[in-house]
Amino acid sequence: MNARSPNTAPLREPAWIRDQIVPAGEPWIGTLAAGELLRIVDLEGNQAVDTLFYNVRDPEERYSAVDTIRAQGNIYLTTGSALRSNLGATMLTIVEDTCGRHDTLGGACSAESNTVRYALDKRHMHSCRDNFLLALAHYDGRLNKRDLPSNINFFMNVPVTPEGGLEFADGISAAGRYVQLRAHMDVLVLISNCPQLNNPCNAYNPTPIQILIRAAG
Amino acid sequence: MTPELWTENLKPGEHWSGVLRRGTSLRITALQARANVAAMMYNYESLPERYNLADTLKAQHTAFLTAGCVCYSDMGRILCSITADSCGWHDTLCGLSDAAMVAEKFGAGSFQQRRNEFYKNGRDSMLNELGKYGLGKRDLIANINFFSRVTADADGALHFDEHHCRAGDHVELRFEMHTLLVLSTCPHPLDPQPHYGPAPVTLRAWVSGAASDTDPCRLHCEENQRGFRNTEMMFLP
Repeated sequence: MNARSPNTAPLREPAWIRDQIVPAGEPWIGTLAAGELLRIVDLEGNQAVDTLFYNVRDPEERYSAVDTIRAQGNIYLTTGSALRSNLGATMLTIVEDTCGRHDTLGGACSAESNTVRYALDKRHMHSCRDNFLLALAHYDGRLNKRDLPSNINFFMNVPVTPEGGLEFADGISAAGRYVQLRAHMDVLVLISNCPQLNNPCNAYNPTPIQILIRAAG
Repeated sequence: MTPELWTENLKPGEHWSGVLRRGTSLRITALQARANVAAMMYNYESLPERYNLADTLKAQHTAFLTAGCVCYSDMGRILCSITADSCGWHDTLCGLSDAAMVAEKFGAGSFQQRRNEFYKNGRDSMLNELGKYGLGKRDLIANINFFSRVTADADGALHFDEHHCRAGDHVELRFEMHTLLVLSTCPHPLDPQPHYGPAPVTLRAWVSGAASDTDPCRLHCEENQRGFRNTEMMFLP
């Protein structure tokens, strides 16, 4: 799918320099240079993709959900959303979104939060925070649990009502929908392709995603 | 309310930190309308365990905090319970002000000009206090903004309620583990008030004991019963 025929694509886009499938329930970690585009594809639909970003040059600067929400005056992420850091800088912007809305309040599942939310005997189940911790432990040793702030959940639907209610709702994504981001600085991307089986964030069926990276066209 | 342990008065814009032991309660009282108290919390015995916005909201199916709610750590445990609340809504979503925002809204307000009434901002205030415990930018968690009410409409757009906090409003926190509490009284980042006008608050701490078996926060939802169980496991003899 990398090559596009000039007959069907009037403007030739640069080829993807990275094209990778992340199986259900697995982490992915990689870097994105300033100006590059990252596309995340929900291959089979209704998959939650838990995601964090760090400034490669100073990883103490990282994605901040509350700075992002406050700066855009809105709790949902979509095309045009600037993803802000804990120091207020724009790290990436969402430049395309065929899903329509993404969550940044729902956080990442963990063994410990599963015991609270579902039942004490859910502790053994695989979780996003275990994915995050293991990926960071194997990466360069600089980042650990202190470096797991509130994340983005691409393709996940967590509506907040005007009365302040919050629920995990059925997804609004579908097979093949994608979100595309442009990096404004060199960023480390940390993803957990969510393994949660206890709520509808994945339609109770975690599925693979595709990660694509290319230079800006 | 007895025996009382201590009282502290926080001046407008002041930042503060302290350790609240399990079984201690703290009342925060707004001395003027339009107060905002930004708060971050950490397990004092293991600082990597800290308040977690998402786990707090998900467990209790809410986007805001009020009496009956508890504040969860990222380890499935409870830092503190909200045992009383006169204003009904505390913001969890909007974070802190920063230096650029304060300078743009209110102009320069340096120490040289204003001495100890210089303009402070939420992020730097938190970094000031966090640094006293070896913490820093990595530990800037999503904070609570006590006394502020911000709602989201059907499209997700935020609306700040300018008339929410009245003079005398208070909130009471009962600590369920030994907690490092970090506070800033800087204005809420979405407060449209055109002049820099933080409100003073008082803190009063007393020995309340831990939550009983019939405590309203424990019985608020099944999730909280499991959260209290996880927390109490840390304090068994």
